[in-house]
Amino acid sequence: MFVWHTVKLNVLEFTFLVWAGSLIAGFLGALTGLGGGVVLVPLLTIFFHVDLHYAIGASLVSVIATSSGSAATYVKEGFSNIRIGMFLEIATTFGALLGAYLTAKVPASAIAVIFGLMLMYSAYVSRRTRPRINGEQVPDPLATKLKMNGNFPDTSGIRQYNVYRVPAGFGVMFGAGALSGLLGIGSGALKVVAMDQAMKIPFKVSTTTSNFMIGVTAAASAGVYLSRGYIDPALSMPVMLGVLIGSLLGTRVLVKTQTKKLRLVFSLVIVVLGIEMLLKGFAGRF
Amino acid sequence: MATADGSGRWKIQEWYDQRIENIIAQLLRAGVLTAALVVIGGAIPYLSANPRARADYRTFHNELSELRTVSGIVHSAFSGNVLAIMQLGLLILIATPIARVVFSAFAFSREGDYMYVAFTLIVLAVLLYSLFGSFLIA
Repeated sequence: MFVWHTVKLNVLEFTFLVWAGSLIAGFLGALTGLGGGVVLVPLLTIFFHVDLHYAIGASLVSVIATSSGSAATYVKEGFSNIRIGMFLEIATTFGALLGAYLTAKVPASAIAVIFGLMLMYSAYVSRRTRPRINGEQVPDPLATKLKMNGNFPDTSGIRQYNVYRVPAGFGVMFGAGALSGLLGIGSGALKVVAMDQAMKIPFKVSTTTSNFMIGVTAAASAGVYLSRGYIDPALSMPVMLGVLIGSLLGTRVLVKTQTKKLRLVFSLVIVVLGIEMLLKGFAGRF
Repeated sequence: MATADGSGRWKIQEWYDQRIENIIAQLLRAGVLTAALVVIGGAIPYLSANPRARADYRTFHNELSELRTVSGIVHSAFSGNVLAIMQLGLLILIATPIARVVFSAFAFSREGDYMYVAFTLIVLAVLLYSLFGSFLIA
């Protein structure tokens, strides 16, 4: 794979190239719904030879930017449930804190291997069609106690929904938070699994709620990253500005384009990057 | 369509949620925009100061301590350190989701839902600990 091995970049060139790369990552991430965060760390470490911890820090910062910046779009398209979100944020923020502490304890090569697996998993989730089971199960009494069941206006009137298997969802969310803190990603794929598969929350509600949660989860590890020195301002600057602009453009274009082919291409890119991270991780080259 | 909890109350609750989320979304956007402007405000003098220097992020070297704590960042940003100005922008960005959680706590307490006020305060405590207290262990 082509790398910048021999190329010596000065500050201006480096900043511009990282900005442009982040812009493309943010654009494709928003357009395909896969999120730009997952490709940022491989982009920075494999192509720009950035130290893994700086890459993770810059990526996490950009995750907050996209989550907060696109909140208005999400609210327009879907219906969030702030009770589900807030309750599950207890799990994700504690998980994120744990994950952020682990980044200093776990060797960089192991983080790269976990990252590679996470990339493959994200690509797999995006290709799979999700089976939806409707209403056969008993709603979780805990969900009723926690006032999580809700409704939203649909084309056919007001649609009620119940929430199932709260403890399972809470558990997966803790894991999602830990991965987010360990890898500097939004881990949207796992959050969707928790809300969609385990808790059976309708898609229109789960995506909007998940977007809000991503920002809060990332903020929980950002403080730890900051005090550890993982957030380098000169590196995070082009990453954050690039991803932010890219993702805002992506959500604008999203409405008008057919994204099926693009999704396939982007998933393939993610798989290739995943393999590269795995190989480099196993070779101990981090 | 009937569910265990009655129906009338939900309608009000859910759409009230929606209105709050709309306000929060605008707040978040304003926060991100402010953060981006501050970052750009630091980036311009940073890039024009020594554009030809070598860029090297291959090895991890600890950031200067004034870029690693909230008070350090604010202090050096206001004394004109360009790196600290960019870092201040990033700090504002990190603070936007925290502002969202604070706002939610107020919203829940206005609804009289103290169980959720408690949940929100737990989340807030984790966020504040991460930002202000984590250096105790790190």
